[in-house]
Amino acid sequence: MKAASFDYVRAGSIGEICELLAEHGPMSKLIAGGQSLVPMMAMRLTKPSLLIDINEVKELKGISAQSDNLIIAGGTRQHQIEASSEVKRFCPMVQKALFWVGHPQTRNRGTLGGSLVHADPAAELPLVSVLLDAEILLQDADGEESVAASEFFLAPLVTALRPDQCLVRVSFPIWSGAVGGSFHEVSPRRGDFAIVSAAAQIALDEAGNCSRVAVGLGGVAATPIRVFAVEEAILGGGLAKTQLHELARLAADEIDPEGDLHASAEYRREVAYVLIERALTDAVQEARARMGASS
Amino acid sequence: MSNHDIKIKVNGVVRTGTVSARTTLADFLREDCRLTGTHIGCEHGICGACSVEYDGQPVRSCLMYAVQADGHEVTTVEGLSDKDGKLSALQDAFCDTHALQCGFCTPAMLISAQSLLNETLKPTDEQIREALSANICRCTGYVQIFQAVRLAAERLRSGKEKVAS
Ligand SMILES: Cc1cc2nc3c(=O)[nH]c(=O)nc-3n(C[C@@H](O)[C@H](O)[C@H](O)COP(=O)(O)OP(=O)(O)OC[C@H]3O[C@@H](n4cnc5c(N)ncnc54)[C@H](O)[C@@H]3O)c2cc1C
Ligand code: FES
Ligand code: FES
Repeated sequence: MKAASFDYVRAGSIGEICELLAEHGPMSKLIAGGQSLVPMMAMRLTKPSLLIDINEVKELKGISAQSDNLIIAGGTRQHQIEASSEVKRFCPMVQKALFWVGHPQTRNRGTLGGSLVHADPAAELPLVSVLLDAEILLQDADGEESVAASEFFLAPLVTALRPDQCLVRVSFPIWSGAVGGSFHEVSPRRGDFAIVSAAAQIALDEAGNCSRVAVGLGGVAATPIRVFAVEEAILGGGLAKTQLHELARLAADEIDPEGDLHASAEYRREVAYVLIERALTDAVQEARARMGASS
Repeated sequence: MSNHDIKIKVNGVVRTGTVSARTTLADFLREDCRLTGTHIGCEHGICGACSVEYDGQPVRSCLMYAVQADGHEVTTVEGLSDKDGKLSALQDAFCDTHALQCGFCTPAMLISAQSLLNETLKPTDEQIREALSANICRCTGYVQIFQAVRLAAERLRSGKEKVAS
């Protein structure tokens, strides 16, 4: 299982990446962490003629909080995002999700951009970027384009990225109030892709009422989904434990999962119910703890 | 099909070579450096047998091309013992707790566990599980490997206390 032959070039800047992509066309491919691309090349599922290595491009790395947004560059390693105190503070759901992305070893190499562009339907980072209304900035030789995460994921392994574009950075809105986040998943083995995953982030205002909420599920459809019915119900006022229970049922009834080799449709629905309840409970708990801490 | 002259610091020694772009780091270590302690199981990122330390962090060497490592540093299992071949505390603990049977997974288990011990000498079971989750062992059932990591941590801790007192 060796990759087919290819040419290799190490890019030094975003400008150079875009020029190389424009010059060499769709048979060239960017390599970031290689944690999805290299296995696909080893299995000959893809045979790029040119690999453009973006690992040494400094502009593609880093995390910064700028007014209303937490901005993470496309080539930032997953372990760095997981360890970031800013991510933990401003986007707790993202930080919690990273624990579930593969293993420490794969997170040492894997990047945010690589995970989003690979777009596995069970992947954690596409789910959180859709739920948190992230904006994804793409660049080609002619300029930049911003795409909402909700419009980026088109089908399993298919995104709105054109072959001549590079994913430069992702902006996650920073919520006001006391914010709590949570991520839960069930997979056959630790580090495997999820059978079902559930994520929640909640903001509480000074009175302890929910001012903003995002809830969603991965692994139950071709792309990550947001459960708007539950979000509306929570904003309507319900955060008590019994209500969370009913809300989780509501979420499970909203979805239409398919059965496959790993799990039947009924099992997925049941797991979705259990995980949504856990995700909501934990997110509310963290938000309340942070409210207590700041007052 | 480009070829590349590369220079990688492996276990403290600068290694040079000419590789085709598709040569994995694992193959470069085994075939060009003759460091066959790094094993290749699945060659597509699943088993973890090929783990090495890359710039101080454990990674899968089958998921990198050697050319990407040009200018970087790698530690393989051969780099864990000292120059005279004296085993590390972790390697001794693996022997003492019978943490291996066929030994195929062992070099990579050592790399992953050593990275954990470099971060903390008081790892919780949860931390050990997380650190080793990327490595598959078909023989031991993992119990003795856990014991080895705990034992090594304990010995390294008490060694430190002795030096301090
Ligand atoms: C054992 C194992 C377990 C895993 N488990 C999980 C899991 O549980 N959940 C999960 O989500 N993932 C999992 N993965 C995959 C994850 O680790 C990858 O990191 C991720 O899917 C791809 O990121 P990467 O940086 O490695 O990208 P690469 O593999 O380098 O690239 C992936 C794709 O993205 C493109 N690309 C990369 N960066 C850019 C960019 N900046 N702009 C444009 N295109 C770009 C590449 O051309 C390629 O098509 C696992 C992988 C392994 C080996
Ligand atoms: S040989 Fe590298 S992970 Fe299996
Ligand atoms: S000892 Fe045989 S695979 Fe682990």
